[in-house]
Formats: sequence, C-alpha cells, structure tokens
Amino acid sequence: MTHVLDQPAGATAAVTPAGRAARRRAVLEWIAVHSLGLAAALFFVLPFVFVFLTSLMSDTQALSRDLVPHTWEWANYKKVFDTPGFLTWWKNTLLYAGAGTVLTVVSSLPVAYALAKFRFRGRNLALMLVISMMMLPPQVVIIPMYLFWAKQLGLSGTLWPLIIPMAFGDAFSIFLLRQFLTTIPNEYVDAARVDGCGDLRTLLRVVVPMAKPGIAAVALFQFFYAWNDYFGPQIYASENPGAWTLSYGLESFKGAHHTDWNLTMAATVLVMAPVILVFFFAQKAFVEGVTLTGVKG
Amino acid sequence: MSTLTLASKRRRAALRNLAFLSPWLIGFAVFFAYPLVSTVYFSFMHYDGFRPPTWSGTKNWTYVFEHYPLFWPALRNTLWLVLVMVSLRVVFGLGVGLLITKIKTGTGVFRTLFYLPYLAPPVAATMAFAFLLNPGTGPVNSILEKVGINAPGWFNDPSWSKPALTLLALWGIGDLMVIFMAALLDVPTEQYEAAELDGASAWQRFRYVTLPNISPIVMFAVVTGVIQTMQYYTQPLIAGKVASGVIQGAGTQFEPGYPDKSTLTLPQLVYNLGFQRFDYGSACVVALVLFALSTVFTAFLMRRRGGLIQAGD
Repeated sequence: MTHVLDQPAGATAAVTPAGRAARRRAVLEWIAVHSLGLAAALFFVLPFVFVFLTSLMSDTQALSRDLVPHTWEWANYKKVFDTPGFLTWWKNTLLYAGAGTVLTVVSSLPVAYALAKFRFRGRNLALMLVISMMMLPPQVVIIPMYLFWAKQLGLSGTLWPLIIPMAFGDAFSIFLLRQFLTTIPNEYVDAARVDGCGDLRTLLRVVVPMAKPGIAAVALFQFFYAWNDYFGPQIYASENPGAWTLSYGLESFKGAHHTDWNLTMAATVLVMAPVILVFFFAQKAFVEGVTLTGVKG
Repeated sequence: MSTLTLASKRRRAALRNLAFLSPWLIGFAVFFAYPLVSTVYFSFMHYDGFRPPTWSGTKNWTYVFEHYPLFWPALRNTLWLVLVMVSLRVVFGLGVGLLITKIKTGTGVFRTLFYLPYLAPPVAATMAFAFLLNPGTGPVNSILEKVGINAPGWFNDPSWSKPALTLLALWGIGDLMVIFMAALLDVPTEQYEAAELDGASAWQRFRYVTLPNISPIVMFAVVTGVIQTMQYYTQPLIAGKVASGVIQGAGTQFEPGYPDKSTLTLPQLVYNLGFQRFDYGSACVVALVLFALSTVFTAFLMRRRGGLIQAGD
C-alpha cells in the first residue's frame, strides 16, 4: 500500500507491479458495481416495461402468456379515454390536486415562517403538535370527520371535504417548509425589518424568493399526495361517480373490464404518466424535499 | 415608534404570532383536537348513523378485542410487515444507496431509474403488480416457469400475499435510497482514508466507519417505516380487491383481507367497521388502537430530535 502512496501521482504508478494491481482492482470493481447497477435497473424498470407492453396487446393476446404484443393496439388508449367517466375523473383529480396544492402552500407558509423565525412561548410545543398531526394515520379521526362533513354539512359525494381542510395548513407541508426556512440566515429577515418592512412584507418580498426550492418541493408533494389519494375519495366521493378521481376510478376500471388486462394496464399507464412527467420537470426540487424531511441540516 | 410602550409592543407581537399561526390553529382544533376527542366519545357509544347514539359502556371494546374476527389477524399482519417488510426495506434502501454512490458512469440515469417506481401512484403500482404477479397470465410466473421454477400464487395465496406486497414495497425504495445516499455522502472521507491506511477491508470500513456515521439515519428509516406500516392501507386493499375479482359498486361488498385475511391491516378495519358494517363505535375503538400505536413510535422519533428537527431560530 505504502508503495503506491510514495509514487508520484500519474502514469508512473501504472508501470510498477503494485500500481498495475491497484488499477486492475479498480477496473474489476467498476465492472462489479456497474453490473450490479444494471441488474438493479432491470428490477426497477421491467415492471414499467411489461405494463406498457401489455397495454398495447389485442384483447385475445392479453389473455395469453405472451410478453410482447404481436400487433400494437394503440387504439386501447383511445378506448380508455372513451370509457364513460374517465375524463371526469381527470378533471376532478386536477381540481383536487390543483386547488389543494395552492391552498396548502398559501396557508402553510405563514405558519412555517412563524415557527421558524418568530420567538414565542409554546413554539416547541406547537412544533411537536405539528409533527404529531403529520404522523397521525388519517383513519384515526375519520369517523367524526365523516359525520361532520356528511351529516352536518351534507357534503358527501363531493371532493370538498378533502379540499377545504387544505386551507387550514397541512402538517407535513408546515414541517417541511419550516425546515427549509430555518436554513435562511436571520440577517436577511432583520435587514428587511430595519428597512421598515412589516412582517408580511418581509415574508412575501424577502423570504419567499429565497424559499422557492422549498415551496416547489411542498407544492410537488402536495400535488402527488392528492393525485395518489385513495382513502379520501373512497370515504367522501364513492357514492357519486361524478366526483371520483383517477386513483379511485382506476380500480373500478378493473372491475368493469374484468379480464381485459390490456385496457386496465393502459389506464394504469395513463394514471402513472402525468406524475412521472411532472417529476422530470421538477426533479431537483423533489429530491431536495425528500432529503430535507429526513436529514438534519 | 418611541411612543410605544413595552407592553403594547409585546401585545402587538402576540397578535402577529396569532395571525401567522391562525390557519394552523383552526386546522388543529377542527381537524385534529375535536375529532380525536369525539373518537374517544364514540368509542363508548352505540351508533349506526341513523338512530341517535346511545351509551354502551365498554361493549365496543370487548367486541373488538374478543369477538370481531378481523382484529387479531390484522394485528398479526402488522407485526409481520414491521418485522419483514420494514427491515427488508431498510437493508435494501441502504444497499441501493451504497450502490448509487459507487456508480461512476451514468450516475444520473441510474439514480432516476431507481427512483421512478417510488413515484408511481399506489393504486396504479398495485394494479401493475397484481397483473405482473397474477398466476394465470402474469409475466413473472411465465418467466419463472420457463426457467423451471414452481411459481407461487402471490396475491391469490395467503402465505404469499404479504411477500408479494413486500416485493412491491421494495420496488418503491426511492425515498429511502435518496435519504441514505445523502447520509452516505456526508460521511467524512478522511475517516475512510485513515481506515484504509490501517489496512481495513471493505467490510471493516463499512462496519466501523460507514455504519456508525449513518446510524441516526438508519434509526430514522426504521421508525418512519414502522409508522408508515401503521397507515398501510391502499396497497393491501387494492391487491386483495383485484386478486379476488370482486367488482366495485356492483352490489357486492368486498370483505377486506383477501386471501383469507392475509392482507388485513388496522386502517382497513376502521373502514370495514365504520363504512361497511355501520358500527361507528367499534370503528372508533380500532381507530384509538391505531392512534396509540402510532403515538408510541412518533414519541420515540421526537425524542431523537437531532434526526428530525434542526435547531430553528
């Protein structure tokens, strides 16, 4: 080992036997690591590939054990779009995810700012309660919540019981934004105050521009949450197909098309695709958000 | 400004804090505190949603623990998932995280490919796996049988349904991979160099340098994994529904847990009792069991503040 270190760095190292051995080991390690990487990549990608291939099979072929379509039935996708309700589910999902995301960001930001930058008694308690809310399984409070929305306000059969609460801060978004805002140096906030900015102006003019990556991450998470939500629509919207979302409607698709795996898989692709597209446009913000929730700064 | 007394300044600050916190304060009261208290109240009431609630003492509690046939299977499944699924996810997530830090060519492509399945909407991902693993026409069993392996029934076999769900959970490892990757890149390189100079093998470097440095993150992954398992709902429900072939909304009701209660989890019981059997009182009992379990683990997580909350100011 010491041999190699004594050598001047560069080409000469490869000439000595020890240098050559080290180099060969590096090459072997490269090969081992990358073959393992390829094997893992297959595990992660093949399910997508099989789903996509099946979505293009003819009805009869979808009943066979073939892996690759004989004829490429792009019309399957048109059939899915023509299914009664499918476009309504899209519209509802966009409403739930879109309105929910905007409301969440607007209502969570001031709370997160107060928890990150104001000093007051009970702040740590408030933060702990936010985390408790974040970790609470939604099923714990669903009975009183359902009775409240359905029996008292008569809003079952709509998505409003899912959208309205987002105007009152979402625990996970508050937590993530707070984590992000604590990384902004106090000097910026103080300087804005010295210049005579009120707290709201400071938040909007100084903090928000600096917190854009954090806000983007929260918006993305919230959008995906609404897009993926199954339990919420199941509780509040199941009785009215006109209020179903994609995630909820997709499962009924399998029921209606029984053994037509090709159409079911085409619908599955159509539910997955937007999420993956959004991810490609906002990859950095998203990954940053995942790290922020788990790792100390 | 000079005319403001200290007291009025303080009052103004309190008002400002209140104003900024107000969305959450309302949300906390209406969507957390009130329903939680109400859940406790209903757990002692007989209520079917039509006739007014009547006091029933501890009847709901004894019903759930002694007579409700789905409770103990659901709890046993949860234990299985905590022991097997959570630990496999942590080990696999760490492995994939390590692998990605070692990959030097095409790192970005690999990282994206490894991460993508995590993004697949749970309903869609579960439908995909129900298809991939279906014993009749599924590609996985076709390939296994071509190689000469006796393929299992996966979601249609009580002893294979949880392993199939575990496979699905391992497929969506992206969240843990990213967290472990960040933690691994944070390990000081000098420590590796020092260990190498001392002649430490690859395994020894992992055991004595990597592991101690990332142990808080491993802990975090385990505890959040347990909390997520308490909430595990969509995947087991959809897997059971699709595999059983019950059609939604056709007058038939899906009894959760197919096959043979093997995919039951506690959240599904809340739905089954409350929204299929209209026994809101007993549903609240299960909800409180769920609450107690997740609170224990959340408290554990919060005690290790370093890993979760960074010092604010």
